[in-house]
Amino acid sequence: MRYIEDVVSLEFDEKLCNGCGMCAAVCPHAVFELVNRRASLADRGACMECGACARNCEQGAIRVRAGTGCASAVLSGMLSGGEPSCGCSGDKSKCPPDGAP
Amino acid sequence: MTTSTGDGAPTLERVDDPWVDGSLHTDAGDVPRVRTILSASDRLGSMKARWGIGRMDYRVTPGLYATGNPSAESPVLVSANYKMSFDRLRAVLHGRDAWILVLDTDGINVWCAAGKGTFGTDEIVRRVQSAALDRIVSHRTLIVPQLGAPGVSAHGVRRSCGFRVVYGPVRAADLPAFLDAGLKAQPEMRRVKFDLGDRVVLIPVEMVSGGRYALLVAAGLLLLGGLSSGGYSLAGVRTIGLTGAGLVLGAFLCSAVLGPVLLPWLPGRAFSVKGAVLGLVLIGALIAGGGLTDSRLHVAAWVFMVPTIASFIVMNFTGASTYTSLSGVVREMHFAVPAQIAGAVVGFGLWLTGLFVAGGLGL
Ligand code: SF4
Ligand code: SF4
Repeated sequence: MRYIEDVVSLEFDEKLCNGCGMCAAVCPHAVFELVNRRASLADRGACMECGACARNCEQGAIRVRAGTGCASAVLSGMLSGGEPSCGCSGDKSKCPPDGAP
Repeated sequence: MTTSTGDGAPTLERVDDPWVDGSLHTDAGDVPRVRTILSASDRLGSMKARWGIGRMDYRVTPGLYATGNPSAESPVLVSANYKMSFDRLRAVLHGRDAWILVLDTDGINVWCAAGKGTFGTDEIVRRVQSAALDRIVSHRTLIVPQLGAPGVSAHGVRRSCGFRVVYGPVRAADLPAFLDAGLKAQPEMRRVKFDLGDRVVLIPVEMVSGGRYALLVAAGLLLLGGLSSGGYSLAGVRTIGLTGAGLVLGAFLCSAVLGPVLLPWLPGRAFSVKGAVLGLVLIGALIAGGGLTDSRLHVAAWVFMVPTIASFIVMNFTGASTYTSLSGVVREMHFAVPAQIAGAVVGFGLWLTGLFVAGGLGL
């Protein structure tokens, strides 16, 4: 399954990368892969903007507008005039009740 | 159960919890040992939480726990204090000696809490220190679930408390294989999926959260159905009102169930488009099957309202999906929300008009 891809905010600066592999390890959608001991974008369009890669890249080579792709969060953000805020109590947003530890 | 934060002398109150079956003596105090076989009440609790019942209280006390007879070399696994996350973890550790470090995530599961930042770098560092983990284990490795990574900076944890973060697999079921392979995850274990089964378990909670709004709208139409140019009549409530309430609830239930089930096969990328298509098919099938015997104005009203309801319900399923980005959701809402408002206004307008003119104009 694929979502709207052309608006993904993920940016990667290859020059800063030291090939540690952290981004590839944390990404749940295999957006990064290591090629010749450097990260490269294997599937940018699959990015769900969870922010895991950017937060775990010590070199600061990755930028992404991290957030939760949740319509009701965006709606409540619009209504309260602020940022999208995930008002769910846990099971709803990006929270598969099954499988995830 | 208390919410003690622990302070080097781990909390003994926790031994009263039904999933604790003793305690383990360590240099840094006693650590509760948990069962690795889930009880009937653990399973019942999970089921209730899926239906949104009592899930706010579905939590365990944060702190360090043990499974089996862990030693200073045994692995440390980090978890959230949402009881379902904790249960899933201890169940796969059956027969293994390990430490479980439960973070305080307000009773919210790992992925969601990581997005909010409560499952995060600072909380890990705090718990490592309050449990005096450096006196309990001789190694310096924490196994953190991969889905916690949006909230955790591995290098930040290392800098603050000296522990190295290794990200474990996405699914708890893969943990034994991950541990046995020397903390190596197969690429498959790193991927989040959204299979039919994953989608179906999300249906109940979606239905409960949207259900009361659907009931409210249905009740509104039921009452309004009595209006007509000749005044208010109970006959109208029983015919037009009841039909309206039934269609609203039917559209809601069908979208809440069929939307998630048919997600990969509904056309379009935007969930709102998938929902609108589903709604058009539903209302089309109903009309073609002769199931809608209302006036023509009312049939026209439902051609607008059913796809609008379905579009909105399926759009809200973005929050439960495992692959939608914030930028994508904002993009689709940019066109979908105005369209949904227009659909609702036109549909409801036609329906109201139909109440007053249908008889007179023979529509
Ligand atoms: S985490 Fe950063 S430095 Fe490490 S491989 Fe990825 S981009 Fe390169
Ligand atoms: S933001 Fe999340 S989904 Fe996107 S590339 Fe980074 S880790 Fe992968």
